[in-house]
Amino acid sequence: MVKQITIVSGKGGTGKTTISSAFVSLANDLVIADCDVDAADMHLLLDPTLLKTDDFYGLKVANINTELCTACGDCLDACRFNAIDGSFDVDIFSCEGCSVCEYVCQQNAISMIEKKAGESFSSMTRFGPMAHAKLGIGEEASGKLVSTVRNNARDLAAEFNKDLIIIDGPPGTGCSVIAAITGVDMLLVITEPTASGIHDLERVLELSSHFRIPAAVCINKYDLNESNTLSIRELCTEMGVDVIGLLPYSRTPVDAMLNEKTVLEFTDDDFTSVVRSIWDNLHDRLVSSAETVDITLKSSLM
Amino acid sequence: MKIAIASGKGGTGKTTIAVNLAISLGNAQLLDCDVEEPNCNLFLRHDMEEFEDVTLPVPLVDKEKCDLCGDCANFCQYNAIASLPSGVMVFPKLCHGCGGCALVCPENAITENTRSIGIIERSADWSHVDLWQGLLHIGEPMASPVIHQLQEHISEDNNVAIIDSPPGTACPVIASLSGMDYCILVTEPTPFGLHDLKLAVDVVRQLGIPFGVLINRSDIGDSRVEEYCVSENIPILMKVPNNREIAVLYSKGIPFVTSLPGWNNRFVHMFANICEQLSTRAAE
Repeated sequence: MVKQITIVSGKGGTGKTTISSAFVSLANDLVIADCDVDAADMHLLLDPTLLKTDDFYGLKVANINTELCTACGDCLDACRFNAIDGSFDVDIFSCEGCSVCEYVCQQNAISMIEKKAGESFSSMTRFGPMAHAKLGIGEEASGKLVSTVRNNARDLAAEFNKDLIIIDGPPGTGCSVIAAITGVDMLLVITEPTASGIHDLERVLELSSHFRIPAAVCINKYDLNESNTLSIRELCTEMGVDVIGLLPYSRTPVDAMLNEKTVLEFTDDDFTSVVRSIWDNLHDRLVSSAETVDITLKSSLM
Repeated sequence: MKIAIASGKGGTGKTTIAVNLAISLGNAQLLDCDVEEPNCNLFLRHDMEEFEDVTLPVPLVDKEKCDLCGDCANFCQYNAIASLPSGVMVFPKLCHGCGGCALVCPENAITENTRSIGIIERSADWSHVDLWQGLLHIGEPMASPVIHQLQEHISEDNNVAIIDSPPGTACPVIASLSGMDYCILVTEPTPFGLHDLKLAVDVVRQLGIPFGVLINRSDIGDSRVEEYCVSENIPILMKVPNNREIAVLYSKGIPFVTSLPGWNNRFVHMFANICEQLSTRAAE
């Protein structure tokens, strides 16, 4: 059974990609999935070689044939997304592909057409296989593309006989985050001891309990504001979530990034030794959760 | 004048810039459109009151009238309604509220109900910055309807309306940028910052919104962001250095213009430059 872990944060820029790419360079038997599909950065560090590229089709968009259109306005009245204007042009950014306009048009002047909304990639890196993607500008279906990346990652895991998938998640709590965490074994939440970091951590932990996914927390730049770090620890205790790592404020992530390396390839210092200990801790948790499942299975069989 | 603060990459400092700009200019409306993680009020600490609910229509199926023909499920593009032998099932979180199922039902068995996906809040009492924020309920996937509804409250009565956008380049960003006069793209001088800046530039160019770049933590990385801006003829509006004092103020939720002298004027000056850029553009 392939294990899956997603790195999330709520707030952007807390270090998700830095930390997940570091894990990749530590573990042997894994597949990496970059699920921050509208601002994917992992490839900048891992320099993947493409094995396979697939076009991604999201929602369809309405297309009005001006030859047939009599400007009756039925479509305009029926569209709930204000995607058709007075001159019967379709705003492709507003159209959600529901096809109500096509249905109401008495002249059959409207058809729904496929629109390429991005690309998904299966690749090989120096650390193992990687699934990633690029969403087209302003596209609606980021959640669907995240699911595609996760499917590709599972295929890669089967093909290359890997038993773990590490998912670098997007910021926020909406559709792409939900798609990136659904059905995973565990979340690692990267936060920082700032007012925004704490607020967004709370929302992500609510999300994890909403979907009943176990979570652990890592505090990046913990020494920026130690009283906030203490508040985070208290919050986590209250919510029954373990804090498994305190990373110091450090130049290492940026310096490693400038050299297009993961932090562990780049150096060995205070920062990277904490990253190693977080990974060991996570790895133990994943293994022990596997054992728990085994025991439950066995006991249910008995 | 409507200005959006956006970036491809998260955590570059959009909220910091939006809040500090609003405070510096005064008589400003600030709309927090990062409805998945709204943070502006952590810095303003206004008493907020609920202004309205954000709802979406969802189908309600009358079992008496439904003959399980399955037309609704066939029509729905979002797999939000399924016709099973035992009855029709609705999956509200997948529903976009297009109304198609009710339209196609030959038995008129479908009416619509509404469900709340988020709320809009407004400062209860304000003198300097009129803050509005949207908040998407936890577990709800669709942020765009909350953003669209928040945008309807942009007022022309103030000096300026400042929109704090969500990160990324997907639909919530497009929703928050619609109708903007100008966009400030916040980035940092790192490979991730540059890569995501280029994506954000693609977005604002496609939308035809005039824009400039603000480089935050301007001394942490290398010169590639600046070189890119010069080569693309993109104005660099301001640079904010990587100052531990600013970072600590940020961690405490204190807008740095209120503590560090000189910054207030720099934001006012930046705004004047933007206005000038826009009037030059209009003259052309």
